[in-house]
Amino acid sequence: MTIRKLRMWIGMASLIVCALGVAAFMVIMLFDLSRQGIPVLSWEFLTSFPRQGMTAGGIWPAVFGTTVVTLLATLLAAPLGVACAVWLEEYAGEGAFTQFTRAAVRNLAGVPSIVYGLFGLAIFVEGMRMGASILASACTLALLTLPSVIATTEEALRQVPRALREGALALGATRWETTYSVVLPTALPGILTGVILALSRAAGETAPILFTGVAFYTRYLPASPFDEFMALPYHLYILSTQHHDPELVRPLAYGTAIALLLLVFLLNLVAFVLRAQYHPKKRL
Amino acid sequence: MEKHLLQIEDLHLYAGSKHVLKGISMNIPEHQIIALIGPSGCGKTMLLRSINRMHDLNPDIRIEGRILFKGKNVLDRHTDPVQLRRQIGMVFQKPNPFPKSIFKNVEYGLKINGMRHSAHIRDAVENSLKQSHLWDEVKEELDKSALELSGGQQQRLCLARAIAVAPEVILLDEPCSALDPISTAKVEETLLELKQLFTIVIVTHNLQQARRIADQTAFMYLGELVEYGPTVQMFEQPQQELTYNYLHGHFG
Repeated sequence: MTIRKLRMWIGMASLIVCALGVAAFMVIMLFDLSRQGIPVLSWEFLTSFPRQGMTAGGIWPAVFGTTVVTLLATLLAAPLGVACAVWLEEYAGEGAFTQFTRAAVRNLAGVPSIVYGLFGLAIFVEGMRMGASILASACTLALLTLPSVIATTEEALRQVPRALREGALALGATRWETTYSVVLPTALPGILTGVILALSRAAGETAPILFTGVAFYTRYLPASPFDEFMALPYHLYILSTQHHDPELVRPLAYGTAIALLLLVFLLNLVAFVLRAQYHPKKRL
Repeated sequence: MEKHLLQIEDLHLYAGSKHVLKGISMNIPEHQIIALIGPSGCGKTMLLRSINRMHDLNPDIRIEGRILFKGKNVLDRHTDPVQLRRQIGMVFQKPNPFPKSIFKNVEYGLKINGMRHSAHIRDAVENSLKQSHLWDEVKEELDKSALELSGGQQQRLCLARAIAVAPEVILLDEPCSALDPISTAKVEETLLELKQLFTIVIVTHNLQQARRIADQTAFMYLGELVEYGPTVQMFEQPQQELTYNYLHGHFG
C-alpha cells in the first residue's frame, strides 16, 4: 500500500468515526429519552392537570401553553420578518440604512436568549403593561425568532432568478405586483422552511418566557392573552431541578421531554407538508 | 414614406465608467422585423433593453440621448416605465416562464392590466397561444406547470405571454439561442406572422436567422452602429468593409 493510499484511508476513517460519533449521540439520546419517557406517555398524561404537588397527573396545561405561545409568536414574527426581508431584499437597495438594518438583524441573532427574557420583562411586561402573560411571552419569543425568519426569507428571495422578476416587469407589472405575485410565491417554500425552524426553536425556549409569563403551576388554562401559562420546557426544568423530590418525579420529567419533542416534530411535520404542496414543479 | 414607430437619437450608454453605446441613431419602421446583429459585447442587448427601460433596475447604468416612441421620449424621467412596458413587450434569451400553470402564465399580463372578465381572459389566452403556435400542443393541459414544458415550448409560451397584453412593439433578445432548429423554425414562422400586428426588434447571433426573417438589419460593432438598411441589401451588397468581413466570418 502506498503512502498516498494510506493517507486516504486514514482520512476517510477519521471522517467516518466523526460522523458515527455524532449519530451515536443522537441515537443514545433518543433511545434514553424514549426508554424512560414513553412508558409514562399516555393520553391521560397529555390531557390531565398535574396533581398532588406535581407528583402525579399529567401535563396538559404545559402542552396547551407551549402550543399557544409558539403559534402566537409565529403569527407575530412571520409577517413582520417576511415584510422586513422583502423590504431589505427587493426595495432597500444598498444604502447606509440598509447596511445598518442588516447589521442590526445579524446582531439580534447573536443575543443570548436570557437577554431577550430580560428585555421582554422590561418592554412588554412592564413598559407596555402586558403583565406576566402569554402575550408578553409570545412577543419576546417573536423577537427572538425574528432574525432567523428574516435571514432565511432573504436567502429564499435571493434564490428567485432575476429573469423571473424581469419577465414580470417586462409585461408591465409594477414592482409591487412583481414582488407579490411572482417573487413571493416562488420563494414561499424557502420562507416556510425559515418559519418552520423559527417555530421549533420558539417551542423549546425557556429563558425568554421565564420572566415574561410562564408560571410554575396554574390551576386553569389561560383564558385570555393576558393570563399566565405553563410551558413544557419550563415544566421540565421545574421537575428536574426545582421540585422537592426530583427522584420521585423523574419519570414525569422524561415524559415531559418526550412530549416536547413530539410537539416539535409535529409542528415540523405540518410545515413540511405545507412546504411539499408548494413544490415549484407543481402548479401554484 | 413609411412611418417610424421608434426613433433612436444619438444614444449613449455608460455602464459604470465603460462607454458601451457610442451614439446610436436609427429609425424603426412600423410592422417590420428589425434584426440587430454583431459580435458578442457590441451592445446589441444593451440597446434593446434601453428601449423598454429595463436598465432602470441597475443604478450603474447611465443613458444619454433620446428614444422616441410615437414621438414621446421613452427615457424622459416623466415617462412611466410600467405604462411603457405594456406597450413595448419583451422576450428574453433564456425562457423565463413563471412557476405557475401554462394558463396562468398567459393570464398574468392580462390580469395586471385590469382584465377581469373570465370569459374575455380565456379567449385572450387561447388567441395568444394560437398566435404563438403553442395552442395545439397544450390545449388539453393548460393547468400543467409551465416548467414541465420543453425549452422551445417555454419560449413560445413567453412569446404568447408577451403578445397577450397587446403591445405595439415586441423586443426579442436572442430568443432562439437556447432552442433546437425545429423550435427555432416555429418561433421564426410565428414572428413572420406576428409582424402584421406588431413591430418586432430581434437581437440575434444567427446571421441566417436575420436573413430569413428580418426586413431591416442593423450591424453593430464595439458600441457603434456600423450599418443599417434593408436585409437583402445588407447581405448582398454591404456598404461597409466591416460589415462585409463580419458577414463572411472574417472575425467575430
